[in-house]
Amino acid sequence: MHFSLCTFVYDLIIIGGGPAGLTAAIYAARRAVKTLVLAKEFGGQAVYASKVENFPGFDMIAGYELMEKMKAQAEHLGAEVKNAEANEIKKENDIFFIRDKDGNSHEGKSLILSFGAVPRKLGLPNEDKFKGNGISYCATCDAPFYRNKNVAVVGGGNAALDAALLLAKFAKQVYLIHRRDEFKGEVVRVNEVKKLSNIEIILNSEVKEIKGEKNITGVAVGKVDGGETQDLEVNGIFVEIGHIVESDFVSKMVALDEQKQIIVNNKNETNVAGVFAAGDATTVPYKQIVIAAGEGAKAALSAYSYLQKVRS
Amino acid sequence: MAEVILNDQNFENEVLKSDVPVLVDFWAPWCGPCKMMGPIVEEVAKKFEGKPVKVAKLNVDEAAATAEKYNVMSIPTFKIFKGGEVVDEFVGVQTKEEIMKRLEKVIK
Repeated sequence: MHFSLCTFVYDLIIIGGGPAGLTAAIYAARRAVKTLVLAKEFGGQAVYASKVENFPGFDMIAGYELMEKMKAQAEHLGAEVKNAEANEIKKENDIFFIRDKDGNSHEGKSLILSFGAVPRKLGLPNEDKFKGNGISYCATCDAPFYRNKNVAVVGGGNAALDAALLLAKFAKQVYLIHRRDEFKGEVVRVNEVKKLSNIEIILNSEVKEIKGEKNITGVAVGKVDGGETQDLEVNGIFVEIGHIVESDFVSKMVALDEQKQIIVNNKNETNVAGVFAAGDATTVPYKQIVIAAGEGAKAALSAYSYLQKVRS
Repeated sequence: MAEVILNDQNFENEVLKSDVPVLVDFWAPWCGPCKMMGPIVEEVAKKFEGKPVKVAKLNVDEAAATAEKYNVMSIPTFKIFKGGEVVDEFVGVQTKEEIMKRLEKVIK
């Protein structure tokens, strides 16, 4: 096989620029590993958090600010960071070939998959049509656009509770719709939600239909186990029902679990030699910024020992 | 080319009456993904230097009337204006290449 001389082969290519990927880049760069980070979205989900209050060392920091710091640190240490979406990976003779959506190729001796997760959708037929125009997956970004309007928040975890609390400051009426009979989120937050007079909690229920032509005018809400539905007048729907891993582009290469998460061992190795994974895209329990960062560090150290072995 | 900073007052002159297509980045300081897009949009502006196109930023807090007029309900939102009309729009975080591709199409 012939490699053109001008093709640069990185020691390590990291796919994903969230807490896992950027921490991996910091660790790798400090060990003089030639590193490239390919990030579709710098900062990942962390930038959607207006306030982060559980990252050690910071009482409170905005999500984007924390992630800007991680990116700057990785770059300062010598990692190359590119804004591109990887969508094809091939392995030939121990070299990984990555193509991004723009048609550029990148070559690396090892890989860390840390592309995170994306918001889960409701799965209703006209959901995509209203994305950005009534359907939102980011309450901190879009809540102020719903001043004096009615909105629905769907979900039962901390993200849904936070969205409802934030929206209650702007919207006239907030309907918090949850599939189960109790919330998964923290008790403190649940109590705050219950205290507010403009949040109506609707349990054991789900959105069956989004109504409207050009803009959203309402939702049909019904019990999860069927029966009658009721119509609510809303102009916006905030979807906070968790995240899914979009790993189809690596499914032929690495082993995934039934939720399409990349299976890793406690050294962040996948089933393929030279391929490591970290963060929310993996089977690691608890999806947290600090955990993703720690996992990224582990993946980088494992990649480093792999590179040492293949070199010798 | 520096990015043009828009408000409700200069929007008509800078965008609607512009001789060249204008990419408008609707953003706000409280929107994390918008802040992360900032340097990317800046790079796009640099890449298009000397080409018949303008890159502009509109803070939805400072130009609330314009944001409302163009039905911006989610940020970041990008709209490309040509001859006073919206000819392309996309919502959410984008890669640099994606924005450049869509701008190239409008220039041609």
